[in-house]
Amino acid sequence: MFNYVYRKVWLLFFITFAVFTFVFSLNYMFPGDVLSNMTGIGEIPAEEYTELARIYKLDQNVIVQYFYFLIRMFDGNWGQSFTNGTSIFDQVFNALPATIELATFALIYSFIVAIPLGILASSETKPWLDKSILAMSIFGFSMPIFWLALLMILVFSINLGWFPISGRLSLVYDIPTVTGFMIIDILLSDVSYKREALGDAVNHLAIPTFVLAAYPTTVLIRTTRQSMKNVMNTSYVKAARAKGLSHIQVLRRHGLRNGLLPVIQMMGLHFGTLITLAMVTEVIFSWPGVGLWLVDAIHQRDYPAIQGGILAMSGMVFVATILFDVIYMIFDPLARRHGYGKI
Amino acid sequence: MIKTVLAHVVKSGNYKRLWLLLFCNLLNACGQYDDSKLAAKTLLYCSEGSPETFNPQLVTSGTTIDAVSQQIYNRLVKIDPTNGRVVSDIARKVIVSSDAMRYRFYLRKGVEFHTTNYFTPTRTLTSEDVLFTFSRILHQDHPYHDVGGGQYPFFEGIGLSDLIEQIIVVDDLTIEFRLVDPQASFLANMATDFAVILSAEYGEQLQAAENKDQIDTKPIGTGPFKFVQYDRDHHIRYHAHEKYWQTASELQQIIFDITPNNSSRLAKLLTGECDVMGYPTASDVGYLHSKKGIDIVETTSMNVSYWAFNTNVPPFDNANVRKALSYIVDREAIIDAVYFDLAEPANSLVPPTSWAYDNTNYVRPFSLEKAKELLAQEGYEDGFEMDIWAMPVQRVYNPNAGKMAEILQQNLAKINITANIITYDWGTFRKRLAKGEHDSVLIGWLADNSDPDNFYRPLLSCASASSGSNRSGWCNDEFDRNIISALSITDHDTRKAYYQAAEAVLFEHSPLVPIAHAVRHKVHRDYIKQVNINPYGGIDFSKAVKKVK
Repeated sequence: MFNYVYRKVWLLFFITFAVFTFVFSLNYMFPGDVLSNMTGIGEIPAEEYTELARIYKLDQNVIVQYFYFLIRMFDGNWGQSFTNGTSIFDQVFNALPATIELATFALIYSFIVAIPLGILASSETKPWLDKSILAMSIFGFSMPIFWLALLMILVFSINLGWFPISGRLSLVYDIPTVTGFMIIDILLSDVSYKREALGDAVNHLAIPTFVLAAYPTTVLIRTTRQSMKNVMNTSYVKAARAKGLSHIQVLRRHGLRNGLLPVIQMMGLHFGTLITLAMVTEVIFSWPGVGLWLVDAIHQRDYPAIQGGILAMSGMVFVATILFDVIYMIFDPLARRHGYGKI
Repeated sequence: MIKTVLAHVVKSGNYKRLWLLLFCNLLNACGQYDDSKLAAKTLLYCSEGSPETFNPQLVTSGTTIDAVSQQIYNRLVKIDPTNGRVVSDIARKVIVSSDAMRYRFYLRKGVEFHTTNYFTPTRTLTSEDVLFTFSRILHQDHPYHDVGGGQYPFFEGIGLSDLIEQIIVVDDLTIEFRLVDPQASFLANMATDFAVILSAEYGEQLQAAENKDQIDTKPIGTGPFKFVQYDRDHHIRYHAHEKYWQTASELQQIIFDITPNNSSRLAKLLTGECDVMGYPTASDVGYLHSKKGIDIVETTSMNVSYWAFNTNVPPFDNANVRKALSYIVDREAIIDAVYFDLAEPANSLVPPTSWAYDNTNYVRPFSLEKAKELLAQEGYEDGFEMDIWAMPVQRVYNPNAGKMAEILQQNLAKINITANIITYDWGTFRKRLAKGEHDSVLIGWLADNSDPDNFYRPLLSCASASSGSNRSGWCNDEFDRNIISALSITDHDTRKAYYQAAEAVLFEHSPLVPIAHAVRHKVHRDYIKQVNINPYGGIDFSKAVKKVK
């Protein structure tokens, strides 16, 4: 097991290295002055230029520059934004919790919805149920998320007026930021309108969560269905049935535990897609996460911010993928035997 | 774990409450409009942009004025939006000398400044604060003159520093302004959203702390709301000023949700994330008419769009040619296509809301025959070629100058005149315009105050012809005499007679053709009452109430 985690960490290390190399090379590939791209200062005054170039080791060769670039990145000095001059590192880590919050809620939601549906669909005795659930999931799978989002907004927000369409919390409530996770911050806060604010935050979460969860839910339904079908046809399940266990007992003791393993693995594989979709969702719902922030940066050609955004987003995907792999391994003893990582 | 909780809920018969709770939370449907809730005491305004500063003295932009002026500050006098006359504000009484050169203001007693986490006032408003406010603008050696750039565009525009001879503090609550020349529009200028009163005590405190810039970023005033928080490009939060000298607001806070995108603003109004929405587009207003729960308030604001001819360039130096061209302006078609019916056809330079407006028609009706006739008389029956400059930006008074130019172009073609539509970016456009490189231009004017002088003098006087804001470059002694005479008298009826005479001269010479007065809209949810849209300036929430069912 140790060997497995060790290999995974090595993998993480190399991928991170590759991403850093790519981000570093962006300094040279983006239009404009290299030093400007590195520091984030748009117009560097001539008298400060040499001094800054010395600090950023531009007078040395690329290898040295790269080395110092890595040091700066690990120090949290990610440069400043072209547009407003504030630290990129702070901006990224202020926006990150919002994205994580949204993605977490969407994942939880899709697990809660998809697994029961997937199990129901796997039942061979009720083909009509299987067909209708599958049809629904294909419908969800093929519907573009931005379109779904706009439909939801049109029906539930604009026509019915049930849900707000932008942000994480109404501006009415002034909740001090502690962790950056809205729900947790509200619970931690010491304000008289806590309940009211909590209700409002849940309201703001509802549509974005549903929209973001649409894709993972459909993937999960199909994976769960297929894998449950396979498991329920194995000889050990047949043996358990023959033993006289009830359907529920078979499902709980043998079916779920084995059937859900590929689901965990699948989730890891689709995490990258989830993050991409989160960016789309954030833009549509003005959700102040990393995705919206990064898209804004792209619109404004804020190169240092784009670099920071790439680092943060890709970092998030790697860590999550490897985390899912490790979880998978914990549940599946067979995986440990392979001993090598994959991504 | 979840199972046991659920089991418990079901057993105790609580499941109905559980569902209700979930439902309420999700749908916002139950008890949201309970008066004790913060949401019921908060007004949300979706504004179209971020303010540049929190001091209206420094700007002319409507966005900043909307966000700041009426919320944080008071003026010495203000304009009554119903009739455009000047009424008292924190000056309870004003005595004007008969020659209109001395203005004595008697201030109210006990006008409290805001108490915030960055400033605690020790005294109420005195004449010292008024002196501080205007010294900052007038005296270049004043410690605050150069703070925030040292530019006071509105006051420079009206020539305040040349106008004021001295300001005399008579006593704690009495202050007198002495002018160099008589000027009847002085009070109207003091009533604009730019002439706000700052706190001298706060100024001293910041000066001692060597943090003078803060006076414009963390403002202190006497107005109905006090500054709490500003997140750039995101929101502004104000709390009610509980010691406001008038009735304190029923609201606990007002929030400006900064939403530059037109359709997002509209969507937020529909979902109730905004109670009041600023600057709906003309097409939005049409759509909103069909929606329940939305009130639309329209006022003709103090603006005019016009077509000005450069009277220094032939053939436009010929009054008959100008008159002929003024016959081809089809106001009906323009209001329909450019304003989507959200404007009134102009029949004089000043809009009907001005007190100087009279019902006489000072414009020529649309008639191609008469235009042809006049042109033939001047020997232009074969027409000529001309340029129409169309301003490149969208303004309240003219939402689409390009389209307006196209309508004129078509009508001109019918009288054999070939018109070229010309446009540059806004900066270049204004620069070249001031140089007089144009034949004719489609542009407009939005008044800063209720005084009709604000239309006539900047647009058509000889002085403005040399400074460039007179787009016709037109200078007429009779016209000038009338508008200057109107300035030296305070009596409205006498002044009105002068303005009518000036308007008649204008009609005779037609250096410009007034086209339309655009209507300004504020749309809000029907549970918001008494949001005041001042036709001369910013939005005012001081009396707004949120009455939710």
